[in-house]
Amino acid sequence: MEIKQTALAGTLESSDIQIMLSKGTDGIKINLDSEVKKQFGAEINAVITSVLQKFEITNANVKAVDKGALDCVIKARTIAAVQRALGTTDKPAWEVL
Amino acid sequence: MAENTERLRRTMMFVPGNNPAMVKDAGIYGADSIMFDLEDAVSLSEKDAARTLIYEALTTVDYGDAELVVRINGLDTPYYENDIKAMVKAKVDVIRLPKTESADMIHTLENLVVAAEKQFGIEVGTIHLMAAIESAKGVLNAPEIAAASERMIGVALSAEDYTTDMKTHRYPDGAELEFARNMVLHAARAAGIAAFDTVFTNMDDPDGFYRETEHIHQLGFDGKSLVNPRQIEMVNKVYEPTQKEIATAKNVITAIAAAKAKGSGVIAMNGQMVDRPVVLRAQRVMRLAKASHLLDEEGNYIEK
Repeated sequence: MEIKQTALAGTLESSDIQIMLSKGTDGIKINLDSEVKKQFGAEINAVITSVLQKFEITNANVKAVDKGALDCVIKARTIAAVQRALGTTDKPAWEVL
Repeated sequence: MAENTERLRRTMMFVPGNNPAMVKDAGIYGADSIMFDLEDAVSLSEKDAARTLIYEALTTVDYGDAELVVRINGLDTPYYENDIKAMVKAKVDVIRLPKTESADMIHTLENLVVAAEKQFGIEVGTIHLMAAIESAKGVLNAPEIAAASERMIGVALSAEDYTTDMKTHRYPDGAELEFARNMVLHAARAAGIAAFDTVFTNMDDPDGFYRETEHIHQLGFDGKSLVNPRQIEMVNKVYEPTQKEIATAKNVITAIAAAKAKGSGVIAMNGQMVDRPVVLRAQRVMRLAKASHLLDEEGNYIEK
């Protein structure tokens, strides 16, 4: 799947994560900003990557600002960002949820 | 999970659907029911994100014994059908329909729930429903709404929209809500489902909150919708049975056991016959006492 437009989901409030997704040309590149990057950075990146893979997105630039989000929140915000980037918010991807 | 009969529903706490911090912590306050809100608490531009967030939370976070309810967007919005599908797939206990005005609105909802249950391979009949009544029309049609489906577990009065529809607003004494409260309550009781009173939003007026809660407790409501976790303890306090009520209830329960042991269908206590309503009330008192942590493991009253 090709990203059609740059999209943002999530907020900078506590327990949330803000995901910005834009077109990429060189695989999935994640730029993560998190106070717990040292301990959980790899895990957060893995959750984001796994959602992108389920949408069959192979090229994307991701800017993620984490405020202590649980995995389920990271997953939810990434899904929302992807659907916005693909312009498909009115057709939820039930198989990815 | 939801049971249709005689589950305690003293407190139904509202949780804004797009707030991860509140969604994640919703289970720690001991509310009988948690109501995640996709409707008024979520701005139009965040409807998609909130739906996904609640789906992921419902399928991941452990909310203990709380009954899980989601208030979806109304029938007249573009979010309605996807909200239903997502919440059915998440196997939420109860879908709450806002601004319900007729039994037909419940039938429309039920048909979509059935379709979604089939689509996601969930046993038909799993998801329960409840209706929020927020207008004069809804109040007058409350009996048909409450009885509209086998899936219905409750009806709730929503006073903000209702009082606006009635060309009034909320007053401290609640006189403007008396008819609606009694209609909703009678509709619920006639249909054998739960009745929830409206929210009380002024957190700086605890006296007013207690006054209102004592009033709806006296009327016979199962409980109240809440906007702040601090109100849970306050409602539970009002619904807590007294030591005397518990003692009487225990005597009734003992009398039932004694009658059963003797193989007698007639239950007697202090030489008097115990009627079915007395038995039901005693069982409810014991459930409330247990939920209020007033009984030890053997069912003895715990002195405070």
